[in-house]
Amino acid sequence: MAHRTGIEVSLAIAEAARQAEVEVISAYPITPQTHIVERLAKMVADGDLEADFITVESEHTAMSAAVGASLAGARAFTATSSQGLALMDEIVYLASSLRTPVVMALANRSLSGPISIWNDHSDIMNVRDAGWISIFANNGQEAYDLTLMAYKIAEDHRVLLPVMISFDGFILTHMIEPVCVFDDEEIKGYLPPFNPPYKADPEHPVTFGPVGVPDIYTEAKKQQDFAIRSSISVIKEVFADFEKEFGRKYKPVESYMAEDADVILLSQGSVYETTEIAVDRLRKEGKKVGSAEVRLWRPFPFEDLRKAVANAKVVVVLDRAISFGGQPGPLLGEIRSALYPLEKKPGVIGVTAGLGGRDIMIQDYEKMFEYGYNYLKTGKEPEAVTIVGLRE
Amino acid sequence: MKLSEKPKWQELPLAASIVEPATSLEYKTGDWKTLKPVVDTTKCIRCATCYIFCPEAAYEENEEGYFLPNYDYCKGCGICAVECPAMCIQMVEEEAE
Ligand code: SF4
Ligand code: SF4
Repeated sequence: MAHRTGIEVSLAIAEAARQAEVEVISAYPITPQTHIVERLAKMVADGDLEADFITVESEHTAMSAAVGASLAGARAFTATSSQGLALMDEIVYLASSLRTPVVMALANRSLSGPISIWNDHSDIMNVRDAGWISIFANNGQEAYDLTLMAYKIAEDHRVLLPVMISFDGFILTHMIEPVCVFDDEEIKGYLPPFNPPYKADPEHPVTFGPVGVPDIYTEAKKQQDFAIRSSISVIKEVFADFEKEFGRKYKPVESYMAEDADVILLSQGSVYETTEIAVDRLRKEGKKVGSAEVRLWRPFPFEDLRKAVANAKVVVVLDRAISFGGQPGPLLGEIRSALYPLEKKPGVIGVTAGLGGRDIMIQDYEKMFEYGYNYLKTGKEPEAVTIVGLRE
Repeated sequence: MKLSEKPKWQELPLAASIVEPATSLEYKTGDWKTLKPVVDTTKCIRCATCYIFCPEAAYEENEEGYFLPNYDYCKGCGICAVECPAMCIQMVEEEAE
């Protein structure tokens, strides 16, 4: 039987990778992700995990080796953060276009500069269009569960795409949390053996990643986009099966007290759980508020989002990154464009907070709801970029 | 799927991979060239330098041991003409023939 234990979230993720029986781990240490691969290296060295741990000289190579391993038919795992992900970028795009079901644990950390090892979402936003399935975990249990589910989704022949699981650096990675960890026996067989349709095999030669001449490239990109768009049904299926088997429920869009809410605060990652506390407090004051989260970031869950916020008057979007000179938050832009086609739609306004590890306090969330109510009353949007918690 | 075909996106092999080996033979690079190499066999010393240097492996050896380019694959880069120690390869305009 599964046992509930206090475990550092990074180590729980390493445990999930072990139980997924990954065959190749290719990673480079970077704060705040390091504990994950450090633990995996130890498991391999101690003989607790039969896998090749490839020590590489950079994240660019970490991702290259993971993609190569996957093409060779191995279940591959990597993990990174921030600058590491930025350095991988070139191969991040290749992993998805080569349709390699690599799983990456991404401990979200802000991008330099100034140098910051602390948490925000600028790293993941940098790769949102890279063609990976991208899912947010909000606590240790979710990070553990989703790492296991990631392989189930990625390796499904209807999908064959890499999956990244995002979880907030330090806020989660370095926390000891109660996590229900499966016994090995219980989870054995959850993942069928990895059996890709093509692999690097001298008996059946295949050329991966040939030049896509102008006659081919367009069709290749359409094929790739079709794959990720259609993966949403497989993702939902995997979530539903997991719930049936193990009792924990995951949804592409999570929501709390949102059905009858006038103002919904929408966010991603661990802050979503804190928004629930703010909702409870404001509900006690009689305010009809709720919160929601876009857990599944790619493929974007258009229908689920529309359903979750359909009845609200205002959606306040909390961004953990800035789209400089743009939206101004990447999440805000996505939410606005997803709701735009609806005839009856809520107003959508945006705020930014929690950059580079800045704490977001309960009062800050209350302030965000206030922006929502203010918009309801006056129609006035917070100007770009409104950062809650900024000294000015 | 042959390389020369233009598949719909649904027909393209996964990730545009080439799933049959040796299909490069079907990919004729000959129509890239404007100049073509012409070997003067009266001066050729049959050293095979052209054969070794040609990036398209377009040179084929004939029965007499001379090396001649296969124009279906020769892309006209001119490397052979530069490398030939006997200087017996001329790059000439295709129409000029
Ligand atoms: S011109 Fe270039 S491609 Fe053509 S035969 Fe000479 S070396 Fe080969
Ligand atoms: S390099 Fe020149 S001399 Fe040598 S085989 Fe080719 S054509 Fe003849």
